[in-house]
Amino acid sequence: MSDKSVEDTLTGKPVPFRGGGFLPRPKKIVAPIVFIGLIAFWEWGCRTGFISPLILPAPSEAFEAFMNLVNTGLLWQHLAASLQRLLIGWFSGTMLGIIVGTLIGLFSIARSGLQPLVSAIFPIPKIALLPLFIIWFGIGEGSKVATILFGTFFPTVIATYGGIDNVDRGLIRMGQSFGLTRMSIIRKVILPGALPAILSGTRISAAIAIILLVAAEMIAAEYGIGAYILIAGSLMATDQLITGVAILSCLGLIFAWIIGRAEKYFLKWRA
Amino acid sequence: MDLNLRNITHRYDEVEVLRDINLDIKQGQIVCIIGPSGCGKSTLLRMIGGLERPASGEVLQLGDPPADCLNPLTYIFQDFALLPWRTVEGNISLVLENHPLDAAAREEIIADVLARTKLSDFRKAYPRQLSGGMKQRVAIARALSVRPAVLLMDEPLSALDSQTRELLMDDLVDLWEKENYTAAYVTHNLAEAVRLGHKIVVLSRRPGEIRDIVEIAMPLSDRTSENLELEAIQKRLWNLMRDEARAADMELVDER
Repeated sequence: MSDKSVEDTLTGKPVPFRGGGFLPRPKKIVAPIVFIGLIAFWEWGCRTGFISPLILPAPSEAFEAFMNLVNTGLLWQHLAASLQRLLIGWFSGTMLGIIVGTLIGLFSIARSGLQPLVSAIFPIPKIALLPLFIIWFGIGEGSKVATILFGTFFPTVIATYGGIDNVDRGLIRMGQSFGLTRMSIIRKVILPGALPAILSGTRISAAIAIILLVAAEMIAAEYGIGAYILIAGSLMATDQLITGVAILSCLGLIFAWIIGRAEKYFLKWRA
Repeated sequence: MDLNLRNITHRYDEVEVLRDINLDIKQGQIVCIIGPSGCGKSTLLRMIGGLERPASGEVLQLGDPPADCLNPLTYIFQDFALLPWRTVEGNISLVLENHPLDAAAREEIIADVLARTKLSDFRKAYPRQLSGGMKQRVAIARALSVRPAVLLMDEPLSALDSQTRELLMDDLVDLWEKENYTAAYVTHNLAEAVRLGHKIVVLSRRPGEIRDIVEIAMPLSDRTSENLELEAIQKRLWNLMRDEARAADMELVDER
């Protein structure tokens, strides 16, 4: 059934469209184009002398330095040393952070006692504490891992108790009303509910771990990407410096990708 | 098992929310509790199930729940309270996991309640994939799985659209016809109350006091939508509540 009176007076103009927009969507090809374009421009600038080699080495030079690393086999030694520190420090920092964050999220005493402490220590640059870490944990791997551990611990604590605070009270009450044990409620309701926040916390802590890697390897490290960058810097070998920085950036991308996969897997119940 | 509420009075800080509530919930009866918003009816329901403690007075269980009952006082919540990270069957199995049942017994209960709520095809679905009405059916299935002695329903249909509400109401009536469950049913919807209630308790606005208790003898199956007797009762209830509702509407709310 159509409205006859409308059809009879078909002289109006269409209502102007004014909705839509405000919904940026990722377009797959744009990122590589920007990336390649930027590097091509940089290479072109160096070749033509538009960018002086003193200011910035050409990408091709940095790539040469990288191939040099690969060919001498040093790359794997650097990477192995760095990855070991990163993974041990980040993993233990995250685990401890989740435990302490859960305590703060669940218990009044832990909350009153530890929350202010966390707020007080979180903003301290861990690099400033490096000398103390050396005294406490020795000049070897201990102090390097400790730097990364401390750096990743605090953001994880904050993400975890923030996530627990945001768990729907209605779900907890539901658990209680069905007579679930306290442990069951923590394990099956609270922790899964806090998981999205914990995972986004690990994104931040993974980035912090990489940032702190360079700081950690300032302490008498023979191998490691951070050490490589520091040596290159002190020798003004800017091509090696760029190579090292690019490797760190790739590490960051890989970590972010892995965490993205983990989110997809663990949070598949979300839309 | 019957429930008996004695002299229940409650206050949040200085605000008195419930005053001297005395009420019986008899086995096989649906008791509807209605009242203007903020009158403490949900609080009262939480007290009946032991989720909140009244400032004074007590809720008594008279007699023992049936032996096979896993969770005598079981809620159905307005917002369903399903774990979004568990599937339909996972949500039901959640409330069975703390009980000493082997996997086969648990599976048998899950299959049975899913069949009774016509959800068998949705076993593996996540809550986000379900409509509001389906979610509430899952919550009902979950409640049935622990074989409750008394169902405590906190506005179970209020989050649903009116068509779904009709469908679920029919389901609740059918279920009662079959199983004669006992229930305390909190609602602000008078039509729901006269459709489901054997006994309708009208609370006044804050502090909630019992203004009236209306018993409807008509069997649930006879309560069709155009029933003059029910309409008369509904009108009477509305007359009781109107001024209270208007006054409650003008109040500032500061609940919790």
